[in-house]
Amino acid sequence: MPFKRYIEIGRVALINYGKDYGRLVVIVDVVDQNRALVDAPDMVRSQMNFKRLSLTDIKIDIKRIPRKSTLIKAMQEADVQGKWDKSSWGRKLIVQKKRASLNDFDRFKLMLAKIKRSGLIRQELAKLKKESAS
Amino acid sequence: MAPKQSRNPELIRGVGKFSRSKMYHKRGLWAIKAKNGGVFPRHDPVAKPSPAAAKPSKFYPADDVKKPLLNKRNPRPTKLRASIAPGTVLIILAGRFKGKRVVFLKQLSSGLLLITGPFKVNGVPLRRVNQSYVIATSTKVDVSGVNVEKFDDKYFAKKVEKKKSKGEGEFFEAEKEKNVLPQEKKDDQKSVDAALIKSIEAVPDLKTYLAARFSLKAGMKPHELVF
Repeated sequence: MPFKRYIEIGRVALINYGKDYGRLVVIVDVVDQNRALVDAPDMVRSQMNFKRLSLTDIKIDIKRIPRKSTLIKAMQEADVQGKWDKSSWGRKLIVQKKRASLNDFDRFKLMLAKIKRSGLIRQELAKLKKESAS
Repeated sequence: MAPKQSRNPELIRGVGKFSRSKMYHKRGLWAIKAKNGGVFPRHDPVAKPSPAAAKPSKFYPADDVKKPLLNKRNPRPTKLRASIAPGTVLIILAGRFKGKRVVFLKQLSSGLLLITGPFKVNGVPLRRVNQSYVIATSTKVDVSGVNVEKFDDKYFAKKVEKKKSKGEGEFFEAEKEKNVLPQEKKDDQKSVDAALIKSIEAVPDLKTYLAARFSLKAGMKPHELVF
């Protein structure tokens, strides 16, 4: 099983530890065996250990250490945020964030909706069972 | 009177922007001197009222009596949490109504919070509750139509009964009288709840929400929950 996601210039990664936890960043240079230079549109360009990064499938086309404006343009052209939000990983994170921000009233409404949905499903199932039994 | 604003802004603690001579000019001390012929005006000391001749005391205690320390305590109602405002839905954590979701009306002068169920929705009457036994949610109900001016701590005080004679047969009869709620309190409850229930029914699911009790289920971490 070869590796599919490589550390390379332009690789989009997710920070999984530290102050910027959860942020999407682009690897713009490799410092040494353990560290990369990492940049994002709303962040100061900084070095980060590879262990703090989780690589994603998304890669953009940039040269080594581009200017901030060039980076932002390249990210928009490749539609990094859009691709991320559509990917299953990205969608899971969005759902997690939504669930964490639910209010007590929202959780109550969610419970009612779940009960209603499962009720409808049970009705359909009962209908199907009846049909197959007869 | 508002506290006097200094004409000399502080650059750093202990260092003002203007020098002594500049401040002399800014305060207008030159004008005061000029008005008074080149010197600062001197005022004669205000005559202090001499204390009336105190009669020497007839009795002095043998040992020194200690004076109790001065108590300058100024009691005030408990500081209301920023998350609690009139109309907020609160979750009661202890007592008979624990877990009930309830509407907050106002803070009384004793610091306790005045709440109501509303009674028809979840059985909680007009009641006082301590802020510490309550979780404030971010859900708000519109309480603009409710008048809570007449409720204060005296309204909730226990009725003091006069002690009657101690005849044995009379004990059992006397105890039964206490438990009836006066009609006036029932009417107060109805009037407060009428406007509230209208604004509650305007929001979908809010009535069933208030009727349900809160409980922690598996996987719910209170320190991570957003209320």
